[in-house]
Amino acid sequence: MKKLITIMILMMSLEALAVIETYEFETKQQEQLYTEIIHELRCPKCQNQTIAESNAGLSEDLRYIVYQKVSDGTSKRDILAYMQERYGDFVLYDPPVKPSNYFLWFAPLAVFLVILIAVLLKVGRRKVTTEQSESEEE
Amino acid sequence: MNKKLVLAIAPIITFIALVVFFWFALEKDPKKLNSNLIDKPVPEFKLPALKNPELVYTSESLPTELFLLNVWGSWCGPCHIEHPYLMKFSRQYSVPIIGVNYKDKTIDGLEFIESKGNPYSMIIADQSGQFGIDLGVYGAPETFIVDSAGNIRFRYVGVIDDRVWSTKIQPAVEAIQGKPLDKVAESPSAVTQN
Repeated sequence: MKKLITIMILMMSLEALAVIETYEFETKQQEQLYTEIIHELRCPKCQNQTIAESNAGLSEDLRYIVYQKVSDGTSKRDILAYMQERYGDFVLYDPPVKPSNYFLWFAPLAVFLVILIAVLLKVGRRKVTTEQSESEEE
Repeated sequence: MNKKLVLAIAPIITFIALVVFFWFALEKDPKKLNSNLIDKPVPEFKLPALKNPELVYTSESLPTELFLLNVWGSWCGPCHIEHPYLMKFSRQYSVPIIGVNYKDKTIDGLEFIESKGNPYSMIIADQSGQFGIDLGVYGAPETFIVDSAGNIRFRYVGVIDDRVWSTKIQPAVEAIQGKPLDKVAESPSAVTQN
């Protein structure tokens, strides 16, 4: 178990090292905002990495844009909107709920409700039948 | 009795539905993203011509008829594969192909065109890659179909070869303009410079 944890920690630190360039920010908040945003944007080229993790040239360019915008004082919302305008919802790791993905969000709930109703009906009926048979016995 | 029948059929129907669902999912390449710029105008730009850095192109410089916007770079392997096809299509059809030389060195871009031929009626040099980002480009080569009103109508990511041309590009162009693609009349026109 300890070994496993050590291995996992080692892998994590390697990934964090993958991004080479560092940017200088005027304030600590800007730096935090930058780190926060690049961890929420998905690399369109490499698909299963954030732009913070990816070494792709495109991620580098997008990080640079985020850096510029954060330094300019652009809000997080506007930066995410800028990326979404160009790369679609795909680029957001936290995509908005909207009609085209209602199915994804609500299908599990719907299935759960259907099963719940079915079970309740069945249990209810069984109760009725047991009560009936009991009264018949009397 | 009826209930038994329903219970027997339900799993089969579920199974068939899943098969259909997965069958269609097989056809979809998750690496191909939908463009967010469909039905939107080509983003504003102000960039030099690859062949003449003094010449500045803007959105105004783009053709007023339907055209293809092809994003390429000499550094991009698949672009080398795509190039001969673009040469062929530019000789066969009169639809203009506009090149965006994406994140390339001017010398390398020019060398590519000079040694292999130029299928483009104009080439925009996007050295910084900002125009590419505005277009939502994530993997060259990418090709956009822009209609006569200047709106992006279609995007294809990847190499356009004969099959992609005849199954994707040509039908899309013809659907957008509502008539067949115009062929180049007689001798191959200005596009063959060599």
